[in-house]
Amino acid sequence: MVKLDSKIPEGHISEKWTNHKFNMKLINPANKRKYDVIVVGTGLAGASAAASLAELGYNVKAFTFHDSARRAHSISAQGGINAAKNYQNDGDSIYRLFYDTVKGGDFRAREANVYRLAEVSNNIIDQCVAQGVPFAREYGGLLDNRSFGGAQVSRTFYARGQTGQQLLLGAYSALSRQVGLGKVKMYSRREMLELVVVDGIARGIVCRNLVNGEIEKYSAHAVILATGGYSNVFFLSTNAMNCNTTAIWRAHKKGALFANPCFTQIHPTCLPVHGEGQSKLTLMSESLRNDGRIWVSKKKGDLREPNEIPEEERDYYLERKYPSFGNLSPRDISSRSAKEVFDEGRGAKGQEAVYLDFEDAIKRLGRKAIEEKYGNLFEIYETITGENPYNVPMKIYPAPHYTMGGLWVDYNLMSNIPGLFVLGEANFSDHGANRLGASALMQGLADGYFVIPYTIGNYLAADKPEKLSVDHTEFENVKKQTEDLTRKFISINGKQTVDDIHKRLGRIMWNKVGMSRNENGLKEAINEIRELREEFWKDVKVPGDDKDINQTLERAGRLADYLELAELMAVDALNRNESCGGHFREEYQTEEGEALRNDEEYTYVAAWEMEELGKWKLHKEDLQFEYVKLSTRSYK
Amino acid sequence: MSGKHLNLKLKIWRQSGPQTAGSFVDYQIEVSPDDSFLEMLDELNNKLESEGKEPIAFESDCREGICGTCGLVINGQPHGPIPKIATCQLHMRNFNNGDTIWIEPFRAKAFPVLKDLIVDRSGFDEIMNAGGFISVNTGGVPDANDILIPKEVASESMDAAACIGCGACVAACKNASAMLFVSAKVSQFALLPQGKPERFRRVEKMVKVMDDLGFGSCTNTYACEAECPKGISIRNIARMNREYFLAKVKSKELEV
Repeated sequence: MVKLDSKIPEGHISEKWTNHKFNMKLINPANKRKYDVIVVGTGLAGASAAASLAELGYNVKAFTFHDSARRAHSISAQGGINAAKNYQNDGDSIYRLFYDTVKGGDFRAREANVYRLAEVSNNIIDQCVAQGVPFAREYGGLLDNRSFGGAQVSRTFYARGQTGQQLLLGAYSALSRQVGLGKVKMYSRREMLELVVVDGIARGIVCRNLVNGEIEKYSAHAVILATGGYSNVFFLSTNAMNCNTTAIWRAHKKGALFANPCFTQIHPTCLPVHGEGQSKLTLMSESLRNDGRIWVSKKKGDLREPNEIPEEERDYYLERKYPSFGNLSPRDISSRSAKEVFDEGRGAKGQEAVYLDFEDAIKRLGRKAIEEKYGNLFEIYETITGENPYNVPMKIYPAPHYTMGGLWVDYNLMSNIPGLFVLGEANFSDHGANRLGASALMQGLADGYFVIPYTIGNYLAADKPEKLSVDHTEFENVKKQTEDLTRKFISINGKQTVDDIHKRLGRIMWNKVGMSRNENGLKEAINEIRELREEFWKDVKVPGDDKDINQTLERAGRLADYLELAELMAVDALNRNESCGGHFREEYQTEEGEALRNDEEYTYVAAWEMEELGKWKLHKEDLQFEYVKLSTRSYK
Repeated sequence: MSGKHLNLKLKIWRQSGPQTAGSFVDYQIEVSPDDSFLEMLDELNNKLESEGKEPIAFESDCREGICGTCGLVINGQPHGPIPKIATCQLHMRNFNNGDTIWIEPFRAKAFPVLKDLIVDRSGFDEIMNAGGFISVNTGGVPDANDILIPKEVASESMDAAACIGCGACVAACKNASAMLFVSAKVSQFALLPQGKPERFRRVEKMVKVMDDLGFGSCTNTYACEAECPKGISIRNIARMNREYFLAKVKSKELEV
């Protein structure tokens, strides 16, 4: 019987974490070495958690499917990391960062978690600087800041356009130190395929060794999943090729609740699809919208070159619809508007694309100024598309980017399965229905450096879990099931390739569970996903064998999980009869076409329990807004 | 978007495992010039899979040139013919219809081939484990602005920190030296005030592991800098040599 208890501490919001830290049980330093902790994933959340726990004295086993911990997808984050330092003296505070994040998330996040996130944001910057992260500096030697969407203060710290890389390398270096000291045992090229649960408690994991195909068993006193998001359910997304949902999905199938799966973020400024062979989508920094103007032709099916379309025949639709925010309207609104004009048949040269035009900016500021501001982005664009954006407008289109949903966790970041903790993008906790820019890095590191080191100690001290041997029958059972499943993929020996089926799933999701959704479309999607899943299990083709490097086999397993998660995303979207943040239901909009929340009925976290495949039970965690008043976002 | 399809002949290194001998296998493919190089391999693999044949094993992840996972030797050059990009950023419009393209794994004693185009670069992690860090624990650190760092210093440190750990420097070097990789990390920390307390200890430990793993020495051919997708400067190697020399001079252990 699942019972949701968010375990939010008592007291004023600004005192909850402080009080909680005091009230939590401790483990004395000499005893910490008696505990083993498994950390799956070595991105910002996983690497920072593994390093911090090892520093405290725990024995950590860290797992990554990459060849090295440093490859995790956190490395691709460009823009920056938020913190409430108020170094700019522009009125920032912990409270303001908290407020902006709750509002940016369209009032679907837990206040207490978000406040803690804002509270520890400052420690993160201190920590990273101490590790040698080369953040941008002013001439006087102090740290530089820039501003980002959804905020009126400059609170974003950055390292050129490679902030994610530098923060991850910082966490990776801390992790490397612990590996060198022998406190972390690093297992690379291992993919977690199952969570082992005995007597309702998480006891370990089962992995596939991606080099020799062995199915391996590992046990520990607690298991931490920091395995990222699931945007690749759309096949095409800004996520790296190997990002997948397998770890959290298989934990879900072992009883962990999956919260708000339909909350996905579609980023408005990505490079459009160039053809069938496209493997992923590339993000272009949102900062381009500061000077670029977004437009399409007023005419349907206009196939002229952009430079041949006269000014009066262009529709600068964001400036027209949202005069006060214009081209800088929030991500969800900009993305939806691009889809609207494409659906009307007005995409750039008939393609799924709109123009982002710097002609006016170049006239106004001069080519040199534009080069200084955006030179490297223009180069990236030209490398990929072969077109020079100084002469021809860029083509951009929205793409799946981040998933706010994830495994349900309580205030301690523990799932409903005792001993199973979930950090970073893999959990649902802090971004509600929409994430603000420069907040993903903040959350990953907050969870790993400053939350889990406290809360895991409390669990181990209070619950006193016993560590089971990997010879326990349940480990053996799970190992056997995993081996059978692995072999099954190969034995189907059908006709369709994994990628061909994944692309079809992506199309269903993009068209019907993407930027805007409606009841009929979602119901159709559920049927189509089920049919496709059946087809997969009858007709997929996985060559090679399971005792070797077999990348097709790896992708087949991940796709099998996507084919199940996809259905739950549609089920969740269908259940949520409102529009909020990244979730836009066409039936629920204002007369002007804006998102219409339904606070009366849907101010809750939808946490889903799988009863059997295709049948989920909804558990609601009601959200209380005591400190930030529920209000409507407006960008007119 | 643009242009006609290209017909290409590919000569790709196939090797079933670390202990087996490999050889080049010929493939014919037609691709769009808008495809990336790795998308071309995806398409070839999809075709092989649909025919029930084993696809070509190669690695990639972010496909934006930042994670360092990908790395192929293309027509004899690590990451291919275009300077300062990783393999995943190379696009087919840089090739001509009718071209023959040779595709190989990175080749170095310290990077054994695991399968086809996949090599084992875990030596880089071992070097990092030995000293590629500043020894601070989580918590208890000073306020970020208590440490003043001149803008130019932060910027130079960042130039070195931009290394993506792909290993192209090793593959490009006739000695299979890892000096560019190691010196980039040594430089990043040696330049910053936070990295100064353990600068000598760091360089000594990292260089020792580098040597133990069988990476070669630097003989100043500059091949690493030429092939580095991030343009990491050879000056870092000079800096590391100075650091190493100083470390030895200041060392209390007498070597005879």
